[in-house]
Amino acid sequence: MMLRLAYGSLLARALTVGMTIVAIALSVALFLGVEKVRTGAKASFADTISGTDLIVGARSGSVQLLLYSVFRIGNATNNLTWQSYQDIAARPDVDWIVPISLGDSHRQFRVMGTTPAFFDRYKYRSGQSLVVGEGARMNDLFDTVIGADVASTLGYKVGDPIVVAHGLASFSNHDDQPFRVSGILEKTGTPVDRTVIVSLQAIEAIHVDWQTGAKIQGQTTPVDVIRQMELTPSAITAALVGTKGRFQVFGLQRAINEYPQEPLLAILPGVALQELWQIVGIAETALIAVSAMVVVTALIGMMATIFSSLNERRREMAIYRAMGARPRVIVGLLVIEASLMAALGAALGLALLYLGLWVAQPMIDSAFGLWIAIDAPTMRELWVLIGVVIAGAIVSVIPAIRAYRMSLADGMMVRI
Amino acid sequence: MPTDASILTLKNVRYRWSGRASFELAVPNFSVKSGETVLLLGESGSGKSTLLSLICGTITAHHGVVDVAGTNISALSPRRRDQFRAEHIGLIFQQFNLLPYATVLDNILLPLRFAKARRERVPAPNDTARQLCEDLGLPNDAMNASAGTLSVGQQQRVAAARALIGDPPLIIADEPTSALDAATQTTFLELLFEQSRKHNTTLLMVSHDARLADQFDRVVKMADIAQQQREAL
Repeated sequence: MMLRLAYGSLLARALTVGMTIVAIALSVALFLGVEKVRTGAKASFADTISGTDLIVGARSGSVQLLLYSVFRIGNATNNLTWQSYQDIAARPDVDWIVPISLGDSHRQFRVMGTTPAFFDRYKYRSGQSLVVGEGARMNDLFDTVIGADVASTLGYKVGDPIVVAHGLASFSNHDDQPFRVSGILEKTGTPVDRTVIVSLQAIEAIHVDWQTGAKIQGQTTPVDVIRQMELTPSAITAALVGTKGRFQVFGLQRAINEYPQEPLLAILPGVALQELWQIVGIAETALIAVSAMVVVTALIGMMATIFSSLNERRREMAIYRAMGARPRVIVGLLVIEASLMAALGAALGLALLYLGLWVAQPMIDSAFGLWIAIDAPTMRELWVLIGVVIAGAIVSVIPAIRAYRMSLADGMMVRI
Repeated sequence: MPTDASILTLKNVRYRWSGRASFELAVPNFSVKSGETVLLLGESGSGKSTLLSLICGTITAHHGVVDVAGTNISALSPRRRDQFRAEHIGLIFQQFNLLPYATVLDNILLPLRFAKARRERVPAPNDTARQLCEDLGLPNDAMNASAGTLSVGQQQRVAAARALIGDPPLIIADEPTSALDAATQTTFLELLFEQSRKHNTTLLMVSHDARLADQFDRVVKMADIAQQQREAL
């Protein structure tokens, strides 16, 4: 009965109560939304590269190797010689190996030289493959396949010519050997979107007239001649490796790390991604803190609403007192009301969240390449909702104590 | 029928409001017999509200004895006093008696929520409430309507039903008719008398309207039983 009365009392003040509930709902939806985006981002991040057992590069730090080989951030300190690459490729436990050669750029985007196997072996988001949306893979030495962001930022279409610059943010262009866009990849949400992919031979080809980072004066080898040349690289930046079996990963990693001819480093992408996320993760804590503050603000708003309603409800409280209700009952009523409001707010917030996800999921995926799964609320999220209700009840104790004092002073007589 | 046993006795009661303008109310001797209907006449500001609060135990006398149904309620703990009020006193106010958002039924049953013995006297609360409504001339379909949608006269009848349910020994009505027009006043009082007789309860009604006097067993003037002193600080 008391619950019914509390509910009726709320219903009688539908407008203010409704606004309070909406405020709580929005804050809860925001908090859970941030939570969803955070876990989605974390999952997307962890899914930047999958299906690759080891990444091999010159010896440096594992995070650094991951950053330049997968995220195209920073530079390799050293290269991996073609000899070492071939040695690793020849090992019996290696199923496949894809070389990567970095160092040049086109506008703000990195150029990556690789083999056609890259398109088949590079997987993201638990096993999805790259898809050439428009055009086709490279056919010619001077063909290039560009990522979705490259195409949309620079407005490139299949068939457009592009010139690759030597190094990064450089003024010297490889303008003797212009490339042609042969294909554009579909959006993946991975750094591949921001990559200009050419063949490994093409990287060699544009450096024919170069020596130790500078162009040899007056030397311009005609393209026809370059096409006839042996374009095997002497070194590459890194390599993605797949093993024949799961259990061979660690053995292979160990063998590469102990490779006697050259100091090499082999990393497990998943482990390195975890390490990297720990660094990036500070931002997520800040996000959670901010959205938690929004929830707190909404609850304080509710407290203010209860406070301001106390005066107009003195008559109501006097009636309860006259009927023999102890002041504690009035406290209880207010706390029940606040808990009801918080619970309705939390439920509405959850509904808003799923509605929002349902609407925004495809947009977020195409705009940011961030896939936010719509699934049942996790235990953690349920605890958040329960926490909001409990916090609502706790917050309401403050106005309830005031109501307690008021009803003690008023008794059953209210002079309004 | 009035009996010799008194349901309410105030002896040497003194109560002082402290505040900016403090005043003291003294009730040397006042009692109401069980089954009696008493009209307490007094102008506003004569200390009626304070006297009622003392009888109902929402305030306690600083001196003297307030005895309701054989219990000195001044000696009870605040918690027991609230419980005691719920068990023994049915209250009707001038107006705004009801929770406007609750149904008529919930309003009538509300005092039972806080009074165990009264609740036990009403084995079928819904039927009893319906019977009371019928006796008080409320329409049948009013039971599930929100109390706030009723007319003032109907609301007062609901308040009377609420005071009567579970047969508390004492019903206190504080100007219950002053918000009603003359015709409704008479009907309401007739019903109230009839029902308090039927339920064998004592009725203490407070009013400033002396015209009602001839309908009561006894009329008491506030000035005759209570003295008050005002002093501006």
